[in-house]
Amino acid sequence: MRRRTIAGYGAAGAGAIALTLFVGWWRVDGPGAPEPIGQRPMALTEMDFRLTDHEGNEVGPETLIGRPTMAFFGFTYCPDVCPTTLSDISGWLDDLGDEAKQLNVVFITVDPERDTVEAMAEYVSYFHPAIRGWTGPEGQIARIADGFRAAYERVPTEGGDYTMNHTASVFLFGAAGRFVTMIDYHEPREFAVPKIRRALEEETEGAT
Amino acid sequence: MKKIIMTGTLAALLTFGGLSVPALAGPVDAVVESAWSRASIGMNRPGAAYMTIRNTGDEPVTLIGLSTPLAMMPEIHETKTNAEGVSSMSAAGEIAIAPGESVALEPGGLHAMLMRLQQPMTEGETFPLTLLFVDGGEVTVEVPILGIAARGPED
Ligand SMILES: [Cu+2]
Repeated sequence: MRRRTIAGYGAAGAGAIALTLFVGWWRVDGPGAPEPIGQRPMALTEMDFRLTDHEGNEVGPETLIGRPTMAFFGFTYCPDVCPTTLSDISGWLDDLGDEAKQLNVVFITVDPERDTVEAMAEYVSYFHPAIRGWTGPEGQIARIADGFRAAYERVPTEGGDYTMNHTASVFLFGAAGRFVTMIDYHEPREFAVPKIRRALEEETEGAT
Repeated sequence: MKKIIMTGTLAALLTFGGLSVPALAGPVDAVVESAWSRASIGMNRPGAAYMTIRNTGDEPVTLIGLSTPLAMMPEIHETKTNAEGVSSMSAAGEIAIAPGESVALEPGGLHAMLMRLQQPMTEGETFPLTLLFVDGGEVTVEVPILGIAARGPED
């Protein structure tokens, strides 16, 4: 009798676990999954967002159309990945020399609460002068990140502070706004400059 | 407790320009090489320091923590980037180093995360950082502060 009860609980338990696993699959990999990140970014011409650059100018996708674009998401309270990527980008721009003058280079914050226009202005001033810092209302940051298929998440830390997890890849778009490729974090340095050249050489025509 | 504090001071006094001298608290056969950090903007943002820690002894050594007058909450962190390209940071826990081996704290991986700065990190200055090992051993190194856009110890 007692044994049967335990067996009964066991079966119910197994059922509950199976259900949990199913629900988990449905939400994570199955049809109920949110749009997978890591899919191809939209063309800039299909995006819709309004942000402010570090000099207080209103900017949107149209700001980037007409010249090739290199863009990166981050936040100025980021001690490791963001300064590293921005100094990598500065190095690539130095390597490209005059060619770099044709590029839009944009650092977009995922932490608009702390990264005001003034904070962005001070931060970008330490890196290559071509780098623009963009911030704006949280809803607009969500829209640009969605267009790029970039992810970010606020993570609480000890003592009431927080940090941000975020996509660390550098995105490249052609002059017509079409996505060309991205430079992944940790990708060998030698691959970066040729990829940027691909974006520079991308035909202006043919964008969707 | 008092003894530990005194030892820390002694260790700091024994340390010169990037060369570390094992502290007296416990014999640790570990040396720190190529330490560097980036300048901060003010005190609100956390800082990060990088270095190579080499076990020069015959026994494994295990790094368990950090201490520095520069930051109230120094911690060994690890940045990880997942398959989707999303980077995140968390405490790395204990780090064991086998005899003759070394561990690199470098951008995009392990780093000394300097949370709650007590003063701004100014380019051209240095600060003492003490590595705490299992069994009470300590190594203190004087870490040079480079520019915000520095990429490595030579920048
Ligand atoms: Cu960290």
